[in-house]
This record gives sequence, C-alpha cells and structure tokens, in this order.
Amino acid sequence: MANAKEIKTVLFGPIFANNPIALQVLGVCSALAVTTQMATALVMCFALTFVLTLSNFFISVIRNHIPSSVRIIVQMTIIASLVIIVDQLLKAYAYDVSKELSVFVGLIITNCIVMGRAEAYAMKSSPGMSLLDGLGNALGYSLVLMVVAFIRELGGSGSVFGVEIMPLVSEGGWYQPMGMLLLAPSAFIIIAFFIWVLRTFRPEQVEQA
Amino acid sequence: MSSNNDTISKTLIVVISLCLVCAFIVSTAAVQLRPVQEANQLLDAQTNILRSAKILEGAATPAKVRELFAKHVEERIIDLATGEFTDKDPAQFDYRSSWRDNELSTQLNKKDDVASIRRKPHYAPVYLVTNAEDELISVVLPIHGYGLWSTMHAFIALETDGNTIIAMNYYEQGETPGLGGEIENPRWIGQFEEKKLFDEQGNLALNIVRPGNASDPNHHIDGLSGATLTANGVQNTFTFWMGEQGFGPFLSKVHQGALNNG
Repeated sequence: MANAKEIKTVLFGPIFANNPIALQVLGVCSALAVTTQMATALVMCFALTFVLTLSNFFISVIRNHIPSSVRIIVQMTIIASLVIIVDQLLKAYAYDVSKELSVFVGLIITNCIVMGRAEAYAMKSSPGMSLLDGLGNALGYSLVLMVVAFIRELGGSGSVFGVEIMPLVSEGGWYQPMGMLLLAPSAFIIIAFFIWVLRTFRPEQVEQA
Repeated sequence: MSSNNDTISKTLIVVISLCLVCAFIVSTAAVQLRPVQEANQLLDAQTNILRSAKILEGAATPAKVRELFAKHVEERIIDLATGEFTDKDPAQFDYRSSWRDNELSTQLNKKDDVASIRRKPHYAPVYLVTNAEDELISVVLPIHGYGLWSTMHAFIALETDGNTIIAMNYYEQGETPGLGGEIENPRWIGQFEEKKLFDEQGNLALNIVRPGNASDPNHHIDGLSGATLTANGVQNTFTFWMGEQGFGPFLSKVHQGALNNG
C-alpha cells in the first residue's frame, strides 16, 4: 500500500504542481462555458469531482479485466453512466442550477480530464490511489474554475456568488461592467494569466522552446 | 494481470456485463428520480405562472405555491384557431408533447415560422387568475420561441383587456449566461410591465429596440446589449404568438370582452 508521501503527491500534486488545466491544458472547454457565475461554476466543480473520482475508482477496480482492444469504449461507458446519474440527480435536487448548466453537465462526458486520468492513471493503479488521483485532479480543475469564475463574475457583473459587490451603472451604481469578461474568450485570457503566474513561481513547468 | 483479456469471448463477456450493470444503474436512477423531477417541473411552471400574474413575489415554499395555485388559478385549454375555450381536461393535456403529435399540431412552413418553433400547436393552455375577492384579474399565456441557440419558454400575464402586460417571465432558456441569459433578469423582464401589446388599430406594437433607444413608453422595450439575436428571438416570439397563428384569435375575443362576461 502506498505511503503517506505518495498519497499526498497524488492528491495535492494536481492542484499546483501538475494542474490538469494549467499544465496539461485539458478540460478547457467547460472552463470557458460555465464560469460566468460562481454558483454555476461551483456546481459544475461538484459534478466533475463526482464523475472523475468515481470513474477513476471503477475503472481501476476492473482494470485487470478490461480488454485493451475496447478499453476506451469501456471507460466511456462508465463515465457516461456516471454523468447521466449526476444530471438526473441535479434535475431532481437542484432544479434551478441544472436549468442553468443545461448541456454542460452532459458535456462532462467529453471532458478530456476524465478520459485522460482514466487512461493515464486508473488503468495502471490500485482503486484507492485512483480515487485519490481523481479527487486531486478534480480539485485542481475546481481551483482554476473558481478563480476564473470569480474574476469573470466580479468584473462582468459586479457580484460574487450573486451577491452585489460593486453596484452597476445600470442600477444606479458606479461600476460599468466589463462585458468582455462575460464572453467566452475572456476565460482564455484569464487561464493564460493563471498559467503565467503559476509558471513564474514554478519555473520547472515552463516548456523548452 | 489475468491471463488473456483479448480473446473474443472475454471481450464480449466484459463488454456485455459492463453494459448490463451500467444500464441497470442508469435506468434505476432515472426511474427513481422521475417523480421528483416531474414535481420540480410542475412546481417551477406554477411558480412562474403565479409570479407572472403577481400573485406571488419572491421565494415561497412548495406547499405555499401549490396552495396559491389551487386557489387562484384555473387552467383552460383553448382552440388556437378559433380562440374558443374547449372542454378538454387540462390534467389530461400535455402541451409540450402535443407539439410532436400530428393530430394536435401542424408543421409550419418557413415563411410562417417567425419564432422558429417548427410546429404549430392546435390547442394551448391558458391560465385564468383570480384575486382574493374571486374576481378575474389576469390571463396567463405560455409562449415560446427560438433565441440565439435555444428555445426560450415564457409565461406572459395580461390584464383582462388582453392588451396590457402585467408581467412576463422566462422560465426555461439556454441562452449565453450573462448575455442572452439576462432575459431572465428581473430588471430586464420588468420592463414589460404595464406595456401594451397592441396599438389603437389593433396591430402588434410591442417592440424591442436597440438598447437606450426606447422612446415610446407604451410599447418600446430596451434590448439587451451583447444579445441582439436573443432579443430578436424574443421579438419574434411575440410576433408569432400574438399574431393569427398564435393567440391572436383568442386575444381578439378577449378584446371584445370575452373574459368579463364569464
């Protein structure tokens, strides 16, 4: 069984040292789509955490029985089933948020992080470590999503989690919102800044030109 | 590692058993959760009808919503072509699935399909809302139309003159959050309150104009900046549903006072 140090690396490594969005640049599509509001971004993070943790776990459990010729489709079946369950649960217990997230929960199926971790880690590692790896990567993803959503919601709508921080001009306040931040391309720019800051502190992540 | 995973029989066994297990789990989840989901949808629709008619403001518990709805709202099914009430039982009538039913809806040709909804229903529910004194105060109409990339569903509550808007409420849409999605924002949708649908000649006059250009206090609505196509979709929704294809015949009966004499 893995020692404490290894557990720590697997669980917390993906947050800064090996962040799936910042270093591997995976899963960017949903990072653009659901980050205009922090509340929806948070629910998306929970949904992805659920799917990624459990898909890694289940794939690892049956990894010794997966025929390599059909392994991708086997992984997809497990991931897709989990995503449908999350979608159904949201529709039942968080109806309002599920309306806002609409198709993006379904699109977790195509999130490269989930497939990437299944193929790169869960196929080779024990169920317990795969579960931690899934959780760690989901935390790394969630961190980036929440940072991007914070900047976009604060700058674009003057609020945080829907609570008004800077009163907008349109409501008689003083803040003229930056509409650009609400458009998808702004997330690219924010993620790029995130990567820049991260690599300034961790120069080992910079690729050789 | 087990001996050989890549034989045909092993592959088939793994794939088939995995599919069976997944199918079982997914369908169990779907079936188990369906009653809760349907209750959510119904509650959501009822909340929005009550909000549109201003019977309900702010948040309310599910029990309160059901109580208010039972007390204040009567659902009737109308024949859209004639504008007459029918005897259909609203409880047995599923409006959304009637759009796919050949008996209950017809294909629209491109020219008539202003709101890009593809099929025109023959029957539609309307909601008659009474106040605490049991007087009819409003009729709520369901409308829908295509925006930038989603069908947007709304309830619009009219006064009994069939012209003055009490309030309007988008309850289901998939427009860009923060841009087109702002059609759900109370500040924007609040502009519809007190507006008139028609001018004195009875033509549809409600108009969503470029942001900041609203000049006619009775008919003009400021558009949404950054969401021109969504706003066009809202305008098209009105054009269709308040016209002859939609609630036009019903509304002209209402203009003649159909609601006031029972």
